[in-house]
Amino acid sequence: MIQGLDTGQIGLLVAVMLASAVEVVETFTILLAMGITRGWRSTLAGAGAALIVLVIITAVGGYALVEWFPEALLQLVIGTLLLVFGLQWLRKAVLRSSGLAALHDEDATFREESEAARRAASQTVLGIDWFAFVVSFKGMLLEGLEIVFIVLTFGLSAGDLPMAAAGALASGAIVLVVGIAIHRPLSRVPENTIKYVVGILLSTFGTYWAVEGLGVVSAEHHSLAWPGGSLALLYVLVAWVAVSRVLVAVLRRPETAAAAA
Amino acid sequence: MRYVVAFGRFWYDFIVGDDWRIAVGVATVLVAGAAIILAGMGGEWLAPLVGMGLVLVFALPVLRAGRGRAS
Repeated sequence: MIQGLDTGQIGLLVAVMLASAVEVVETFTILLAMGITRGWRSTLAGAGAALIVLVIITAVGGYALVEWFPEALLQLVIGTLLLVFGLQWLRKAVLRSSGLAALHDEDATFREESEAARRAASQTVLGIDWFAFVVSFKGMLLEGLEIVFIVLTFGLSAGDLPMAAAGALASGAIVLVVGIAIHRPLSRVPENTIKYVVGILLSTFGTYWAVEGLGVVSAEHHSLAWPGGSLALLYVLVAWVAVSRVLVAVLRRPETAAAAA
Repeated sequence: MRYVVAFGRFWYDFIVGDDWRIAVGVATVLVAGAAIILAGMGGEWLAPLVGMGLVLVFALPVLRAGRGRAS
């Protein structure tokens, strides 16, 4: 037990850290490929510019959502987004674990990005290598938007945005420190396992909040109650784990699933 | 125009992803749940029922996609 944090906060912290870790690893791979092949100055400039945009989006988006939406509507909208997002991850993880989809390969991504960076023509604008800047900016912004989405949805629904942001920052710091230490793509991270766990967590919280949020259409506009209150999170979680394991078992291809499991 | 299309595609990929059937299924189940509440028929059973519906609209498209890839 982490001192000073209750069980809910620890759950929130772990969920956001795991969800963010996958995106941070993908961002790190792109930045590493650009930095090594095109130089760190332009790469870090692109990443820094994207980070500024992300901070603005988080601050404006978080403020607007809290100020403008009633609680039940927020639960419905955020829960639904979280659910469809989580189900995409869960779908990928189920198909990969069954051997029906290829595992994500950070080494291959690194090779492709590095090769593209070597072939690209050099065009310098204000002393910055434009190719490295744009690729780093886009990579950081697109993957970062997913992290912003995770932080906002988890943080707002749990009523603890700072804790969610802390989870994402901790995740980024850990990946960065490990990445700098080994100075190569983090290909040993069990990405499919993390994606599976995160898919389950996103789908569980998404189901719980989206269904609660349906109460916004009732006469009182109060959240819909689950039998057992927040204990329902537990049986929703068990349901998603059970259905995903059954799907993997039904779809499994013996010859390829051994490597993917 | 190119940026508008790219922006739309980004959000489509972000929210809908590889299988639109799952997103449509989720929306359908939630709309059905809302309709039951609006009709004044809601009860303690509604939340688990909607939850089961959500599990079902995920499982069926994944089974379909998996069998399609396997064959």
